Amino acid sequence: MILVTLPIESQKTAHIRLTLNGEATDVSFAPYKTLLEVLREDLGHTGTKHGCELGECGACAVLLEGKAVLSCLLLAVECDGKSVLTVEGLGADGKLHPLQDAFADLGAAQCGYCTPAILVTAKALLDSNPNPSREQIREALSGNLCRCTGYQQIFEAVEAAMIKIAGKTSC
Amino acid sequence: MMRLPLFEFRMPRTIDEAVLILDGEGPKAMPLAGGTDLLPNMKRRQQVPKTLMSLRYIEDLNRVRMEASASRLGACVTLADIAADPRFRNGLTALAQAASLVATPHIRNMATLGGNLCLDTRCNYYDQNYEWRKAIDFCLKKDGDTCWVAPGSLKCMAVSSTDTAPALIALGARVRLVSRLEEREVLLGELYNNDGLDYIKRKPNEILAEVLLDSLHGWKSTYWKLRRRGSFDFPVLSVAAAARFTESGVVEDARIVMGSAASRPLVALDAAKTLVGRPLNGESIAEAAVLAARIAKPLDNTDFDMSWRKRVTGEFVTCALRELRGDDVSGERLSYMRTHSH
Repeated sequence: MILVTLPIESQKTAHIRLTLNGEATDVSFAPYKTLLEVLREDLGHTGTKHGCELGECGACAVLLEGKAVLSCLLLAVECDGKSVLTVEGLGADGKLHPLQDAFADLGAAQCGYCTPAILVTAKALLDSNPNPSREQIREALSGNLCRCTGYQQIFEAVEAAMIKIAGKTSC
Repeated sequence: MMRLPLFEFRMPRTIDEAVLILDGEGPKAMPLAGGTDLLPNMKRRQQVPKTLMSLRYIEDLNRVRMEASASRLGACVTLADIAADPRFRNGLTALAQAASLVATPHIRNMATLGGNLCLDTRCNYYDQNYEWRKAIDFCLKKDGDTCWVAPGSLKCMAVSSTDTAPALIALGARVRLVSRLEEREVLLGELYNNDGLDYIKRKPNEILAEVLLDSLHGWKSTYWKLRRRGSFDFPVLSVAAAARFTESGVVEDARIVMGSAASRPLVALDAAKTLVGRPLNGESIAEAAVLAARIAKPLDNTDFDMSWRKRVTGEFVTCALRELRGDDVSGERLSYMRTHSH
């Protein structure tokens, strides 16, 4: 009999069920993995980006129960039964979310690496405060590094999306 | 790519269950709260617990009970919750400010009060990945024999980098430590050692379960933090000040605590004592600032020049005390944030 030892990342001995972008999702993975690793490697959701791995850049932000958190510092085993939203879940019915529209229209993304995390972080802000001031937007996004835009276009895009969303809800 | 090392994972539902696990597993088990300090350290192999015990599922640790006479804050209350809760004002302002200035909004949504109190000490020679540390033959704090900050030192010089501990010490907080066989309350100011390696008196089999505060009626408090950017960075110097005044503005009691100026938060006893029985005027504030700065001993193992950090200690004490007497020092606060932000 030949014994084959699987590489550790293939030993998917942990299992969770979470609500990912509104859909009940079951996933098995190696138990040491962070949510970021499980999203990208085991679920194929590569929209969430892998940056510094240490909580120093914000590129891996997702929403956990509606709150912006860093998926690189969250054990996937602790997400059992939780609701997670990534950039893949922002648009609906084949249409972009107003934030995504505004980011594209106003040049708020250049290289785009920080964009998925900024989009979900901005969504969490607008969900809890539909009419934030520039200062509140700046504060909410102060954990997301962007080395391209200088942030101005990002703040303007969040404000444009805020107006668009307010227009929709008042109709 | 930095992967986490392998670990066994436990998720107790009660404090009783948790302390039983810690007792059984011994010092190789570590409690995991928000994970924002421990998991990066594990990725860099600075801390390699055999067992991670999640505190996330213990409801008792998430409770906040605030009454007129006393408050009890569960260790797993997040920093974001503290920063946003309007009950943390007046006497408790320093705590809310300190919590709101930790790292970034994302990290504050995850990081907990207990975790910030137990935060590992930090150093330019320690907070590096495994290969970097190996290249310098490691250091006294982990895997090596030499303190590269002070090569003659027998003691590790890593810096206490918690924001909430200086604030809570200034507020006279105590912490409740629970183990399988006993429970004890410790004055937070006495929880720390001035040793970067053995920096905390929490035993490996204890859980820091609660922060306890007596009534702060009549007290005012504030927290000042120095860092390069207006976000992300750990403090490289901080000052928490709290005072209780008579109606005529004479100081009845005061506490001044400096963070990131040693391996533990430093209580500036003489500086606080000199204020008692006097109003906060130019003379008393200047005396307190000199006395506080005298004991601050920043070393060359964080961001910014150490002699400048020592000078800022006096400036922060001055600003903090002026703020407590009612001056508008928002301009000074902003100038420290702006001057050093990118």
